[in-house]
This record gives sequence, structure tokens and C-alpha cells, in this order.
Amino acid sequence: MRRAPRLPGWTVALPYLWLALFFALPMLLVAKLSLSHTVLAVPPYAPRLDLSHGLAGLGAFMRALSFETYARLAADRLYLDAYLSSLAFAGAATAILFLIAYPIAYGMSRFGTGARQVLLMAVILPFWTSFLIRIYAWIAILKPAGLLNQALGLLHIPPLNLLNTNTAVIIGLVYAYLPFMVLPLYAVLERQDESLIEASRDLGCTPSQAFWRVTFPLSLPGVMAGGLLCFIPMVGEFVIPDLLGGSNTLMLGRTIWTEFFANRDWPAASAVAIVLLATLAIPIALFQRQQAKALS
Amino acid sequence: MRGPSLFNRVSVGLGLAFLYAPIALLVVYSFNASRLVTVWGGFSTRWYAALLRDDQMLDAVWVTLRVGLISATVATILGTLAATALVRSGRFRGRALFSGMIYAPLVMPEVILGLSLLLLFVGLGLPRGFWTVTASHATVTLCYATVVIQARLASFDLSLEEAAQDLGCTPLSAFLQVTLPNIAPAIAAAWMLAFTLSLDDLVIASFTSGPGATTLPMRLYSQVRLGVNPEINAVSTLLIAVVALGVLAVAAIQRRRRAPN
Repeated sequence: MRRAPRLPGWTVALPYLWLALFFALPMLLVAKLSLSHTVLAVPPYAPRLDLSHGLAGLGAFMRALSFETYARLAADRLYLDAYLSSLAFAGAATAILFLIAYPIAYGMSRFGTGARQVLLMAVILPFWTSFLIRIYAWIAILKPAGLLNQALGLLHIPPLNLLNTNTAVIIGLVYAYLPFMVLPLYAVLERQDESLIEASRDLGCTPSQAFWRVTFPLSLPGVMAGGLLCFIPMVGEFVIPDLLGGSNTLMLGRTIWTEFFANRDWPAASAVAIVLLATLAIPIALFQRQQAKALS
Repeated sequence: MRGPSLFNRVSVGLGLAFLYAPIALLVVYSFNASRLVTVWGGFSTRWYAALLRDDQMLDAVWVTLRVGLISATVATILGTLAATALVRSGRFRGRALFSGMIYAPLVMPEVILGLSLLLLFVGLGLPRGFWTVTASHATVTLCYATVVIQARLASFDLSLEEAAQDLGCTPLSAFLQVTLPNIAPAIAAAWMLAFTLSLDDLVIASFTSGPGATTLPMRLYSQVRLGVNPEINAVSTLLIAVVALGVLAVAAIQRRRRAPN
């Protein structure tokens, strides 16, 4: 068999350099800035690398870096609370998503080919509509005089105060990420070989045994993919806790935003980002391995 | 194959209701005559009329469209190159880093991406504005474009390209005349995805944009923070309509292409 023609070097080099400049280098800058300290200047951090003095400038710059910002974060209870509650929010929402999405994906996979195409489209479509708008829609539903409480009023049920609570954040997370959980689950369930179920039934399994012993274990890669696809971005979510959560809803994405925009504390925002990134490094690596495997 | 059971039908039905009810309510209340968003005051299109007079909003729409068009085009070109490199180049030096840089932004929290890009622009001394948002969007959406094109390219039969070369094509013209038309639907889908993601982005734009380059999501966000407002419902409805029409049109085209085979 003949090999594919060698690609000209620039086809790789162009996207490679682009990502090196706009993705890898900025990440290094975040790491560097997390070792700097705040000053009243534009931009509001020091030290700044001054190469006009040659290597001496670099040396002075390196000596001025310190872990002082991290020490400051570790000493403040607020950051630890935000860290733990981000993980708790993302973990709880991922678990709820799994419970809701599995029956939906499983149900979709039982339909005939034509209907499956339409259902798949119907699940994907909301993903294309603006995230911000979908979260905004929930404000009108959850607010005290909102649509949910109007509906409850008709049923003579006392109103619920949900907007600006942690419950609202969970609802928002589950709502926004539902397609990301349904699609990977559906992908594995739809591919599953029906004859495996028939074989297990012939060997004496009840339908529920067949599900738990054959269908479910075989769908675990989809569970894993969906879980990672939801959990990782949810830990750093900003829009949902900001719009639906209360002032006491702590999440790291919001902490970074506040440190940066409100407090103008760029080193603190960077240090929080680095901590968040370090936490997510293992799940991201797992996700990458899975993506590379699925696509090759 | 067994058909769907009652349980299957109910779970799918409830799932879709959950996904669509908030969007449907938002659309319905964009035609509400009352200023109070959640109290029905009769049918009216006054908020759409108000929208046409809102210059700041129209400016933001214009900025967003330009950012989206340029960044999606850049992202699709770079994404096609990156996907070709990942599928065709086998092992090249730095491949692990390269694929890492492609997949990591897909799940990385946007706040981190936004902050890091902002630090780059500050470090380079570039004033923030239209071009910095556009470059940032191109970077993030290029990763999505790569994944979409890569999936299609991986299933493309390489012997077709070899046949073209046996028939006298140069490697480049074989790629352009045989492979490219074959992966064109994926390239179109990648562009659409990149464009939609750019239209939708709030977080990265907030970090990397500057004065004079307020995008629609940034504008909407600052309004939403002030409270629910029927004009936001009207913009949202228009956005939803545009995106839904676009997605359905692409689906229809793809279906027609598939039909003759």
C-alpha cells in the first residue's frame, strides 16, 4: 500500500504556531502572573520583565517572583470555600444530569431510525441557541413573581423562593449541560448490538437483569465521556452562578471574575485560575485521551 | 428490534419539554404588551419596534456579526489544516503537545481562557478591541472546528486520493479536487459551529474586548444584570429564530445531499 503524500510543513506549522501563541503562551503568562504581586499601576502587577538590561533584567525579574499570592489565598477561608463549593456544585449537577440524561438517551435509542434522527436534532438544537439567553429564560421562571410561582399559585401551592439560591444554580447547570450528557450516552447506546440483549434473554435474564448486566456496563464509556464533558467546564462556570445564584453562592469562575474586574487583583485572579487548572488537569487529560481514541 | 416502551416515550417527552419550555416561554413573552415580563398584558410587537430604535443594541449586533464572520473563517481554515495534520501526518515531533492544545480548550473553563488571552494582549502591549476579540474567538473555535473536520477526514477513503494521483494529479490538486469536496459538509458544519460559538460567547469577549467593541452578549449581560426586560426577550427571540433557521437549513441540505445515494 502506498503511503499518503507527505504534507508540506506549513500545514502543521500554521495552526501549531497559532495555538502556541494564543493558547500555550497565555497559559504560561497566567502562571507567571500568579507569582507576581499587585501594584497601583497600569497594568496593575509587578514585576514586569525588562529586557533592556539584558540578562540582568531577567535575573531581577526572576528574583522578584514569589508564592506570596498563593499564601494569601491559602490564608483566606473564602477561597477555600469557593474551591470546595465549586467541586460540590459540579459534582452534584453531574450526578443529577446522569440520572436525568440516561433515561432520555436510552429512550431515544429505542426509536426507529427516522424518529431517532429527529430526536437527535431536537436535543442538539438548544445547544446552538445562546447559553446566556437560556439562562436568562430561567430568571423569569424562578423569580418570586415569576412563572413557576404563578403556576404553583393556580394549584394553591405556596410560592417557592428559588432565584438567587443554590438550588437555582443547580437547576441552571443541569438545564444548560443536559445536551452534553445526553449526546455521548446516546452515541454508545445507539451503537449497541441488539443481539447481545437477545442472547442474555435466551440465557435466562429478566429484562432488568439484561439491562444491568449487559446494556449498562457497555454504556460506561459514554457515562465517562458525558461526565467529563459536563464536570470540567461546570467547575469553572461563571454565567450560571452569577445570574441565578445569590450573593453567597461561591464558585471559582465567579471568584476569578470578581478578583479581576471588581478588585483589580490580577495576581489573585491568576493564582485562582492556576489552582483551578491544577485541579482539572487529571480530568482534562482523561478527556483528551478519550477524544484522541474516539477520533483515530 | 423492540420499539420504544411507554417509559421510553415518557422520558424522552419530559426531557424535550424540559429543554424547550424555558425557550418557548421566553419567545411567548417577547410579544407581551406589558412592561412586566411575567404578567401577560396582551399581544404586541412594541418591544421589537423599541429594538430597532436602540442604537447601542444594533451596534453590538453589528460588532458581533463581524467578529463572528472573521473569526469563524480563520478558525475553519486553521482547523482544516490542523485536522489534516492530525489525521495524515502520523507521528510528527510535538504531536502530543499539538493534540493537547487542540483538545484542552474544548473543556477548559472559559474564565481561564479569557484571563490568559487578556494577559497575552496586555503583555504584547496591544490595545484591546475588535481584533483582540476576533483573534481570541478564532483560537477557541478553531479547536471545535478541528474536531468536527477530523471526524470526517478520519473516515475518508485515502485510496480515492491515491487514484487521483495515479491519474496524474499533483498531491495538492488531488487534495483540492478529491478530498476537499468530500469533506466540504464537515467544513461547512465546522464554520457554522465556530460562528455560533462566537455569537454566543460572553466570558472570553468580556476579558478580551475593549472600548468600542461591545459584543451583543456583553450588552445583553449588562442589561440582564439590571433585571428582566421585555426588550431582551425580543432580541433573544430574533437570535433563536436566526440560529434555528440556520441549523435547520444545514440539516435540510445535508439530507438532500445524502438522498440520491
